[in-house]
This record gives sequence, structure tokens and C-alpha cells, in this order.
Amino acid sequence: MASLKEVRSRIQSVSSTQQITKAMKMVAAAKLRRAQDNIIRMRPYAQRLNAILANLTRTTDNDIVSEYGVAREVRRVLVIAVTSDRGLAGAFNSNVFKGVNAAIAERYAGLPAANISYLAIGKKAHDYYTRKGGVVGNFTHVFAKLSFDTVREAAELAMDGFRSGTFDEVVMVYNEFKNVATQIVRTEQLLPLVKVEALAAPATPRDAKAVSALVEATANVDYIFEPSKEEIIQTLIPQSLKIQLYKAVLESNASEHGARMTAMDKATDNAGELLKALKLTYNRTRQAAITTEILEIVGGAEALAAG
Amino acid sequence: MHLEIITPDRKVFEGEVTSAQFPGADGLFEVLNNHAPLIAALKAGNVTLTSAAGREAIRIEGGVVEVLRNNVIVLAEGAVA
Repeated sequence: MASLKEVRSRIQSVSSTQQITKAMKMVAAAKLRRAQDNIIRMRPYAQRLNAILANLTRTTDNDIVSEYGVAREVRRVLVIAVTSDRGLAGAFNSNVFKGVNAAIAERYAGLPAANISYLAIGKKAHDYYTRKGGVVGNFTHVFAKLSFDTVREAAELAMDGFRSGTFDEVVMVYNEFKNVATQIVRTEQLLPLVKVEALAAPATPRDAKAVSALVEATANVDYIFEPSKEEIIQTLIPQSLKIQLYKAVLESNASEHGARMTAMDKATDNAGELLKALKLTYNRTRQAAITTEILEIVGGAEALAAG
Repeated sequence: MHLEIITPDRKVFEGEVTSAQFPGADGLFEVLNNHAPLIAALKAGNVTLTSAAGREAIRIEGGVVEVLRNNVIVLAEGAVA
């Protein structure tokens, strides 16, 4: 059996680990709230944009041809992987890497690895794909100060690459925030645009309700379009694409903190159980030591009495 | 009329104004009270608004503006007051 001193020092180390995991859980909970606030703050913008786009696409007669909608033979691909900057969030980041591999295996199995580039958002993805090779750009600073501006740079890099023919297809892989305990790895095609109408489609039922309310309110309005419907749509498409990536990044950010919260909660529980077992061992060892001591004293006393 | 300038990050401006000037894709234009419904593309430039508090310029980085029933909403990609 382990010595009392050993058990005591293990108890000490486990309980200080438990304190750390507990604190991390608390921090993750606070950050999760902020991340969710960010999502909520983006909502009015996204809903308005969707409503205007829906309004425009519904009332234009001709098909809208965008430079972002041209499907070409797929030879070079850009994969946007959205991960976190830090670990200790359960399987959060490795799920993204698995998702990326699955997407490549499913869609681009025939392409040589050299034709697949990665745009890594978050330090974890950056480190992983730097080791693997094929990283474009450096977006390790996105989560340090999360704002639309930094995400926009990433989106513009992907869009410029698509326009200039460097990439024939752009897909993004990220964790969608379902609730604190559940994150779903999503793979979405960003470019080429499948259909302009699809951009106007809101993401959640709640958004859909808000957007359809907005659309309905403006259904019979005779708008003046400056300069023209088509041109407005052409300016709205890139705007909407950037929003799509921004939304993915925000979702991933919320997911990260949710995942970390759950992971740290489990770690705290596990540490608690470990502590219980260790305390039992400690008390047993202590009891055994006392019993031995008493036995020794009694034995000694008896030996004296007999002598 | 009521003016709102929103970016994906935040609401940059919200309040009553008497007039607002926008950097339209085809040139500057101004919106006054009771303007007809309008949707216009904007390029990067200054939105100059006049309210009871005086004139104020907000730099935006392109976007779109919707005018409807004295409600003016600017969806800008970025904005600095």
C-alpha cells in the first residue's frame, strides 16, 4: 500500500487540478455568454440583408449571373477550417480535422494533395496544417479580437482566389453551436454559389420567421433601385458571402466555449471522484498505521508484564 | 426620420435625423423626410447626417441602404464614427 505521505501529495495535486478545471469551466461559461451575444448582435444585420436579397431576387425577371456563381471544373480547392486558438476543449478541434478529411475524401478524392489548400482560422488549425503543408494566409489572430474586419480579410482572400481562378471551389468546415453540450461539425460549400436565392435563405427557423416578416412588410412597396436591381444584387452577394463565413466563425467560437465548458465540467467531476477514492485510501492507510501502532504498544506492554 | 447604421459587429448609429447624405455607387445623394421607398448600393465614403444635435459624419466601407416609411437602415461592412 502507498505510504501516507505519497497519498497526501496526490490528494494535494488532484485537488489543485480540480480547482484549475473548475476555474476554466467558469471562464468558459462567461466567454460563452459573450460569444452568444455576438451571434445575437449579428442577427439584425443578417436578417435585413436576407430580406433585401430575398426581395430583390424575387422581383427580378432575369437570372442573376454572378462572378461568384460560375461553376468550373474542380482542380484546385480551398478548404477553410475553423478551429480554436487553445486546446482543452474535448474533441472540438480534432472533430474539425476529421470533418475536413471526410469532406476531402468524399468530394475531392481524385485530386492530388498538392491541389488542396487550407485557410486555417484559429491557432490549432494553423499549426496542424502548417505541419501538413498547404496553408494560405495567416489567420491565427482572428479569435484574439473577434470582429467582422478580420474575418472579412479571410473571406476576401477566398473570394479573390476564386475570382482569379486560383481556387475552383471553396468549402468551409466548422463546429455549429447547437447547445452547450452539442456541437455539430458542418461542411458547407461557400463558392461557387449554388444559387443566389440560397444566399437569401435564412439559417434557422427563428431567422426565417423574422425575415419573412420583413419581406412581407415590404412586399407591396414600389422601391426605387439605385443604380439598378442587378447591380445592388452584385454588391450584396459578396457582402452576404462574408457574412456566411463570419457566422461560421461566430458559431465556432460559441461552440468552442461550450465544448470547453462541458470538458472542464467532466474533468472537475472526475477529479472529485478521484479525490474520494484517494481520501478513502488515505484514511484506510492511516487507520492501519494506528492499528499497527496500538498492536505494537499492547504487545510491548504484555511482554513487559510477562517479564 | 429614423436612421440606423448597422454593421455585423454592432449598431453604429441609431436616432432621429432631419437629413442624411450617402455615398451612392453612382454618386452622392441625400435623403430627406418622407423620401420615397429606396434601396441603393453604397460605396466607401462618409454618411453625413444632420440632426437636432448638428452635423455628424460617419465613415462607412460600402454596403446598402434601405429607405422605407421614414425608416432609413444602412447595412455597412464597417463603420467608424
